[in-house]
This record gives sequence, structure tokens and C-alpha cells, in this order.
Amino acid sequence: MEPFLWLLFSAGGVLSALLIPAMLFLFGVAFPLGWVSPPGHAHLSAVLGHPVTRVVLLGLCVLALFHWAHRFRYALSDGLQLKHLDRAINLFCYGGALAGSAVAGYLLLAAW
Amino acid sequence: MSEKSQYTQFHPRWYRRRVPVFWWLRRPSYLLFVLRELSSVFVAWFVVFLLLLVNAVAEGPEDYRRFQDWSATPGMLLLNVVALCFILLHAVTWLFTLSPHAMVVRLRGRRLPPALIGVGNLVAWMLASALVAFLILG
Repeated sequence: MEPFLWLLFSAGGVLSALLIPAMLFLFGVAFPLGWVSPPGHAHLSAVLGHPVTRVVLLGLCVLALFHWAHRFRYALSDGLQLKHLDRAINLFCYGGALAGSAVAGYLLLAAW
Repeated sequence: MSEKSQYTQFHPRWYRRRVPVFWWLRRPSYLLFVLRELSSVFVAWFVVFLLLLVNAVAEGPEDYRRFQDWSATPGMLLLNVVALCFILLHAVTWLFTLSPHAMVVRLRGRRLPPALIGVGNLVAWMLASALVAFLILG
């Protein structure tokens, strides 16, 4: 199980490093501050309407969440020395990643 | 064997040096390590932000407009600026420090130097960002 979690961690690390900076810069900073004019609803809806976009975004969400889970788990257990709480930490981190993945799957595949 | 090993009732205490909880404030390199680990929290935040955006676009133009107004409030803007700093720390350290040394790429039996993999990652990052910007801005 552990090698598989490390695999998800590193795949999520690569994918987040490549894709998140541009998206977060645009939607989180550039559009709200008016540096770049945001796309209209019709355009975004068309981009998201393409199945490839939604599958890629779902992959990004799932891998990024497991990347968080794996890294945050070690930050809590080693960084803050909460080793005695390992069971609760694992449940919170990986359970959170699973729940988030389910929500992402619902929003990107089922509800669209 | 297991019966014989029970001849002593008292387990010796292991020697463990006590490490203070804030050990990572002692050196800049330790602090950088912890900041890098913390970047994962903002990776998770971005997933939440992205899913809220996707949901707003799916709901229709009115919800999309509300999402835009919400993301322009001072609190959200501050959060996303901080998040962007951490995401950039993650991207830079992951693409240019970690993976060039972790990835062993062999070409004709020789290992490619880490710097070359770093350059490859830079090109991949630029191409991915350009594609994202192109798709979003149209």
C-alpha cells in the first residue's frame, strides 16, 4: 500500500506543479484584480463541456488531493511530532482525499 | 522461544532524545522543508477552489458571476495570493530541485545530468501553462 501512496504523491506533485500555477494565477489573482479580462460564461462552459477537459481536471483533483494527504500526513506526524495520533491522522488525510475525490467525480462526471 | 523471552518483566526504556516541537525554526533549510510540506495544504485548497468554479459554471451565468464577485473579495484575494506563493514554491522546488535528482534518465547508457532534466521540466511547465492560458482565455 505504501509504495502505491508514494506513487500517487509524486504523480500529484508533478501534475500540480505543471497545471496549478497558471490556473490559480488567472482565476485567483489576475481576473479578480482586473489584470486580464475574464472569459465569459459561454466560453468556459464550452471548455468544460469537452469530456477531455473534465477527465484531465478529475485526474488533477484526485492526484492533487492524494498528494496533499501524503505530504500533510508526514508534516503532522513528523513535523509536529504527533506520531501517537497516526491512526487518526491517516484517517483524516486519506479519508479526506477519498471524500474529495468522490465530490470531484460527482461534479465533473455525474452532475455535468 | 516466546516463553523463554518472558524471563524479564521490565522492559528497558529506550533512549530517545527529546526534540522540541518547533525544531524546524532552527535553521533556514529546516524552515524551507516545512514550508514545502505546507504547500500541500494550498494544493488541496486549489482543488476546493477549482471545484467551486466548476460547480458555478455548471449552474449557469448567474452563479458564475457570483463566483467572480466572491473571488474578488479582499479575504479571498489574500488567501489566493498566499496560496499562489506556496504553489510556486512547490512548483519550483519540485520541478527544479527534487525531480532532476530523483529521476534517473539514461540515454545510450549514460545518465543525463540533473540540470538537463531541470531544463526539460521548465519547457514542460511553460508548455502546460501556455496550454492552460490558451484554453481559458480562448
